Amino acid sequence: MSTTVMTKDYRHTLSVLVKHNLNTFSRIIGIFSGKGFELESVTFASEAEPGMARITITTYGDEKTVEQINKHLHNVVDVLKVTDLTHKKCIERELAIIKVSTAKVGRPEIMLIAQAFKAKVIDITTDKLALEVTGNTDKVDAMIEVLKPYGIAEMSRSGSVALKREFQGAVNIN
Amino acid sequence: MDVPATLKPVEKPTSDAQSHSGAEILIKTLADLGVDTIFGYPGGAVLPVYDALFDNHDLKHVLVRHEQAGTHAADGYSRATGKPGVVLATSGPGGTNTVTGIATAMMDSIPLVVLTGQVPTSVIGNDAFQEADIVGITRPITKQNYLVRDVNNLESVLREAFHIATNGRPGPVLVDLPKDMLNTKARFKGTKHVDIPSFKPTIHGHQPQIAKAARMLSEAKKPLIYVGGGAILGEAWKEVTEFAERLNIPVTTTLMGLGAFPESKPQSLGMLGMHGTWYANMAMTECDVLLAVGARFDDRVTGRLNGFSQNSRKIHIDIDPSCIGKNVDVEVPIVGDVKRVIPAIDKLANPPEISEWWDTIHSWQKEHPLVVPEADDQIYPQHMIKMISEITDGNAIVVTDVGQHQMWAAQHYQYNHPRSWITSGGLGTMGFGFPAAIGAAMACPDRDVVCITGDGGFQMLTCELATAVEYKVPVKIAIMNNACLGMVRQWQQLFFDNRTSYSVFGSNNPDFVKMADAYGMIGMRATNPKEMKEVLQKAMAIKDAPVLMDFSVVKEENCYPMVPSGAALFEMVESDEECKR
Ligand SMILES: Cc1ncc(C[n+]2csc(CCOP(=O)(O)OP(=O)(O)O)c2C)c(N)n1
Ligand SMILES: [Mg+2]
Repeated sequence: MSTTVMTKDYRHTLSVLVKHNLNTFSRIIGIFSGKGFELESVTFASEAEPGMARITITTYGDEKTVEQINKHLHNVVDVLKVTDLTHKKCIERELAIIKVSTAKVGRPEIMLIAQAFKAKVIDITTDKLALEVTGNTDKVDAMIEVLKPYGIAEMSRSGSVALKREFQGAVNIN
Repeated sequence: MDVPATLKPVEKPTSDAQSHSGAEILIKTLADLGVDTIFGYPGGAVLPVYDALFDNHDLKHVLVRHEQAGTHAADGYSRATGKPGVVLATSGPGGTNTVTGIATAMMDSIPLVVLTGQVPTSVIGNDAFQEADIVGITRPITKQNYLVRDVNNLESVLREAFHIATNGRPGPVLVDLPKDMLNTKARFKGTKHVDIPSFKPTIHGHQPQIAKAARMLSEAKKPLIYVGGGAILGEAWKEVTEFAERLNIPVTTTLMGLGAFPESKPQSLGMLGMHGTWYANMAMTECDVLLAVGARFDDRVTGRLNGFSQNSRKIHIDIDPSCIGKNVDVEVPIVGDVKRVIPAIDKLANPPEISEWWDTIHSWQKEHPLVVPEADDQIYPQHMIKMISEITDGNAIVVTDVGQHQMWAAQHYQYNHPRSWITSGGLGTMGFGFPAAIGAAMACPDRDVVCITGDGGFQMLTCELATAVEYKVPVKIAIMNNACLGMVRQWQQLFFDNRTSYSVFGSNNPDFVKMADAYGMIGMRATNPKEMKEVLQKAMAIKDAPVLMDFSVVKEENCYPMVPSGAALFEMVESDEECKR
């Protein structure tokens, strides 16, 4: 969202449990705009528990800045819990829909790439394919990089959603 | 299809003893919460509330002349008492007029509850007459705000608003009340208990950190206690005073902390920061252990950060974790209520051996005292403050506006009591002083209240002279009349080559004494110290009406010591000559 160059090392994913109301959501966004913090993506949706919502925020900053963001989020009256998932084992997913031009190379080559990323073809027109990909943000970034040379006509990303893993020991199930 | 009359549900009679209009519930709830005074101004959207106020005698409503003044008056009321201030304004322009006052309260953590009228829920969002999205406008300057959409929630929202405004780090809360909510009937429940699971401020400090702080202070060679407004808001003045006296550690206060530690005590170094005392700023620069109590390392306190107290190990107590480690790195953060944390440290700490440190401080005090120039034929601004301090015996509530007079009032009045110094510190709001003084005087009828104001700032809300006269508020207005926006002129003189662009009123000020007369109140003028003394003595003897005093002071005087912006505390200057170098 900001034009400054961001270093990947400083990327933080924050999971914020809040009371479900738009005033609270605006307050949280206002912390980022008003105090000049970075905001890469944000998702807001209802929780299983009625009246509650979860906001997943990806932001950039050094440890001190993110600590400050954390404290400001905590100070919002309707925030129940803030979890910084960055140094925790977490399950993170993002969805993207990408329309790629098939004019240069034809459909099969694009479909091969899609297959490699376990992406689905969800729409076909004479000169474009629409692909749906799910994965962590790195995977989505990587697929976009690969598709760029063919010509991305349009794209929509959901932003990350994430939860802490129950088991914080060493695991690797993707 | 028409339903036969016999089958229609019987409508409850509206005179049901259990059922009240939203407006009545509002007033009942305020009274139940212990509110005795509200500052307000009527208009279409809040007429139901005004109607309910018409024959209500539990609640005193003060009719101010501008909603901004209403918020400042409620703010002054709160600062003088610790109780939340309450404001009532109509929708649209009524609400937007409160904005500056809300932002002022937010920056200084003052508990306010601002009630605004709103257009009926059915037309919200339609650009209806006098509609403004006041919840949206005030979101960044309130601790929390609400739009009431169901009259059945009105009472609980109000109780929540007061709870949030006054607990943890205090602050303003706004409740927006659509007109239909005020007219619709509901039940008054009277349930006092408030529980907000997401709002549980940390009160007790972390014990191991407390023990570490006590150890550091006991072993310090050059300790310093730096007390901010949090010690006043947290009502911890007694704890802080006992602690500092027992350990015999020097104490400096911020602009907001004045009065938290009596300046008559030998441990007091007065105020620090941009216009702080030489010795307080030097002590801050040289100390080895710094205990910050409810202060926030504001840029006007620290000066240039990489020259700020470089050799000290820092302990910081604050109820708001977001204040800790924001500007300055801290070794021992303690999140908690200062009123509880200070005694906990006191229990574990021993007086440090610091006689050499005191020798150093005493020599600074001797070499660089605060200077009060005096003359027979003209009034020096510093002299004006000193005389007010002497004539009121340091016992008045001093309320200021913003500018040079504010800094001189901070320096030269001797503050020995908490809640006796009221000023807009964080936002620096001109226009604040006079209405805040009205609020303070209404809250404390048995105290002398002196409003030390500038000829510029006073003119921002002179409409309140009518309020002061109507309610016979015995506030003493002392205008430090230098015929200019003194603080702006000082900066232009020192940093813009004396190009005094739009900062000098010269002869364009009104005749303030005539102005007082026009409002039907006493006005007096003084141009030399002898007259000033007579005027002040006469004014202080009047206990049942406001008085205006216009003091013509030396126009060119500048406020020192001063830490020029961008300089470190130890680079402060003490005179115009020194500043030019
Ligand atoms: C609402 C507002 N506008 C502008 C300023 C900037 N400002 C700070 S001090 C000052 C001059 C105040 O003049 P006066 O009230 O006469 O006090 P003096 O400095 O002369 O004592 C100004 C314009 C401010 N603090 N607040
Ligand atoms: Mg002036």
